[in-house]
Amino acid sequence: MSEDSLEIGGLKLASRLFTGTGKYADDAVIPAVCEASGSEVITVALRRVDLESTTGNVMDCIPKHMRLLPNTSGARNADEAVRIARLAKAMGCGDWIKIEVISDNRYLLPDGYETAKATEILAKEGFTVLPYVNADLYIARSLVDAGAAAVMPLGAPIGTNRGLKTKEMVRILIEEIDLPIVVDAGIGRPSEACEAMEMGADAVLVNTAIATASDPVMMARAFGRAVKAGREAYLSGPGARRTQASASSPLTGFLAEG
Amino acid sequence: MQIVLNGSETELADGITVLGLLESRDISAEAVVVELNREIVPADAFGETTLNDGDHLEVLRFVGGG
Repeated sequence: MSEDSLEIGGLKLASRLFTGTGKYADDAVIPAVCEASGSEVITVALRRVDLESTTGNVMDCIPKHMRLLPNTSGARNADEAVRIARLAKAMGCGDWIKIEVISDNRYLLPDGYETAKATEILAKEGFTVLPYVNADLYIARSLVDAGAAAVMPLGAPIGTNRGLKTKEMVRILIEEIDLPIVVDAGIGRPSEACEAMEMGADAVLVNTAIATASDPVMMARAFGRAVKAGREAYLSGPGARRTQASASSPLTGFLAEG
Repeated sequence: MQIVLNGSETELADGITVLGLLESRDISAEAVVVELNREIVPADAFGETTLNDGDHLEVLRFVGGG
């Protein structure tokens, strides 16, 4: 197969699996997860330093070649997301930002209106903006207009490992939106990541499913392979689905004939 | 003097700088980003940024997240 890379914000990525750094029982496993998954993009969050105790720094566990994708988790409106994005950039980690604006505590569903507002402000400031949103065509179109670099629809609520519950809506985004579609949140099994890629998603972001597996490194490898398999299946052009059987072997020349 | 440090009222010595505060708490200046009264303080200005009574200071860093 000729080179098949994903380009976001002017950066060519060979891997279409993005990973996260949350929920690991021990952050020390993160370098091995990065290597096993082949991922080149990794998310982090921004929080207040605990002034009473100095704990390990997650940044020490992230291989230097990875593209950091800080998120704006904790933001409840566009202004807070913009503030967090500027702080993250001041950390010197580049200008990629995953916009996450959430004020719903039960399902952690993203606020599309506030997300679009933050996207517009930050895109104008030169950020490469990857907004996390519901799989909704109108929100996605508003993000295109706002200057997003990709659209990240959820498969299922964050951390649920329930898979591609939004499949039909994600399919519509893939068809209608002329930006990379990165399925983010809810992907719980490699088969689900593979399915998203088979449909034509440009990438998937997986955190909880890898971080909370009994063997995160093996699960990371499985996800890396599943994403590649799904991508190749998509590029190969799957055959048509039929309701009735269609013989694979010729229906003439049987031994019993004549 | 009193400032609000990461949301908590905190007593600090008069005239302390951002860098002095970080050093007194054993926090590496390279690992954090600092916001003073809603303005980001560039890392190379930590040493000359003096804190004043009533300031609101946020000291943040990257943590694991998805």
